[in-house]
Amino acid sequence: MAQSSGQSETMISLRNLRVSYGDREILHGIEFEVERGETLVILGGSGSGKSTLLRALVGLERPRSGEIWLRGKNLAAVSSQDMDEIRKKIGMSFQGGALFGSMTVGENVALPLREHTKLEDSTIEIILRLKLDQVGLAGFENYMPSQLSGGMKKRAAVARALAMDPEILFFDEPSAGLDPIIAAGVDQLILELKKAFHMTIIVVTHELASAFLIADRMVLIDKGNVVAIGTPDEMRSSTHPRVRQFLDRVAEPEVAQELDYLQMLTEITRPER
Amino acid sequence: MEITSQIGGSITDGLAYLGGLASLGGRAAYFTFVAPFRGKPIRLRGAISQAMQVGVRALPILSLITFFIGLILALQSAYELRRLGALNFVANAVAISMTRELGPLITAIVVIGRSGSAFAAEIGTMKVSEEIDALETMAIHPVDFLVTPKFLAMIVMLPCLTIWANSMGILGGALFGVTQADFTWTRYIQASLDALFLRDILTGLVKSVMFGITITAVGCYEGLCTGAGAEQVGRSTTRAVVVSIFLVILVDLVFTALFFFMTVR
Repeated sequence: MAQSSGQSETMISLRNLRVSYGDREILHGIEFEVERGETLVILGGSGSGKSTLLRALVGLERPRSGEIWLRGKNLAAVSSQDMDEIRKKIGMSFQGGALFGSMTVGENVALPLREHTKLEDSTIEIILRLKLDQVGLAGFENYMPSQLSGGMKKRAAVARALAMDPEILFFDEPSAGLDPIIAAGVDQLILELKKAFHMTIIVVTHELASAFLIADRMVLIDKGNVVAIGTPDEMRSSTHPRVRQFLDRVAEPEVAQELDYLQMLTEITRPER
Repeated sequence: MEITSQIGGSITDGLAYLGGLASLGGRAAYFTFVAPFRGKPIRLRGAISQAMQVGVRALPILSLITFFIGLILALQSAYELRRLGALNFVANAVAISMTRELGPLITAIVVIGRSGSAFAAEIGTMKVSEEIDALETMAIHPVDFLVTPKFLAMIVMLPCLTIWANSMGILGGALFGVTQADFTWTRYIQASLDALFLRDILTGLVKSVMFGITITAVGCYEGLCTGAGAEQVGRSTTRAVVVSIFLVILVDLVFTALFFFMTVR
């Protein structure tokens, strides 16, 4: 399947993506495209399915139906060898960092290089320094993850995600659990990566301030559906009630909230957009 | 009806569990024995550090326990042998029951407590903190990276530990023999060696390899099946110990029966 059209190149394209856990469908037919070099922010409340969407995008969740086109391959139907090849070209920064506690920061960052390349140790050492420098952690290679603060762990995780020079970088809640200053630092890091490497970046978050700062385009996911997609300006001027509610931080009406929640958990059919 | 459906359900669950173990064992075997010939080097460094953890560090406690077990065996068999006036058969009784049965079994149980639970806790914690997911997104197979070195370490170390346990058990028996039954140390050891056939030791070692495979498979499987949340790690660890003990006893029964019917003609 050809992925290029004119000057802008599609990196990721989702077609009617449905993902379920057991009998419960979480994503009810997601469709959108991501261009090369753009930063797309996936917004959504807790339980909206945004994290499931991210897991599907990196191949951790198999879709029940639909297609995920990434680097010209459909993730819903690739062999495990092809999946491995795709994964070597993507980087993912997990919410809690997911650094390996038994290895130093340096070993964490060097792990993908040691596993997938035949580079000399001295070369790996140089790449390692470079990556740590990029995320502002120069000199921390011999620290254990447990000795780092939350923000530093996130940065180390980004360094590890960058180790293989990925084409696409995924972030799961980059500012979750960080104080505003450190969170702003992580946003800054994302902006720098975008500027320096023209990388395609996909960020899942519910932090509005950070979303509007880093996004080229945003997708709002609600109850497993795409509610709205557009540039930050388009989102700001949107009149869609759900978008307004999310952006204006209006609480759900108290009445029958639990019923709504139950409905959200069990909903199979796709509500009208 | 209720009962039959419940029994059917438990049997299906049990078979599904065994299927899960077998598939994990199969994948680990692939990465241990097949993948090295396809250009993926075996994880020797990981295996050695696991072997250190599983094997060498277990020596002090295992020595103590099996020494006592040997002593207990001597006391228990002497209780009966004394009445028959055959106290000098204590050496035979201890040597045979140690090497054929209790050496491998006690070793397995000590290793379950030390390492089976640790495997489940380690992998379970990694699962909860998304480290397993992180491995997968880096195109590193969790079974290859985490389980294979443990399998390798256990398959090598459990027989070694068992040999050690056998000797410590015999030494424990010797303490009784020397103090209570007119043996000298050398005569007791000689009597033990005379009582043993190579077959006795080998069947014990075969069993210990099977125990090692079982313990690793259950510990790692429970770890990989850990759900979300820290309390799930505790649950996995407990299950790893309970299921491992049960399955080790089951494997023991199967192999003991097998050896029995193979030698009796």
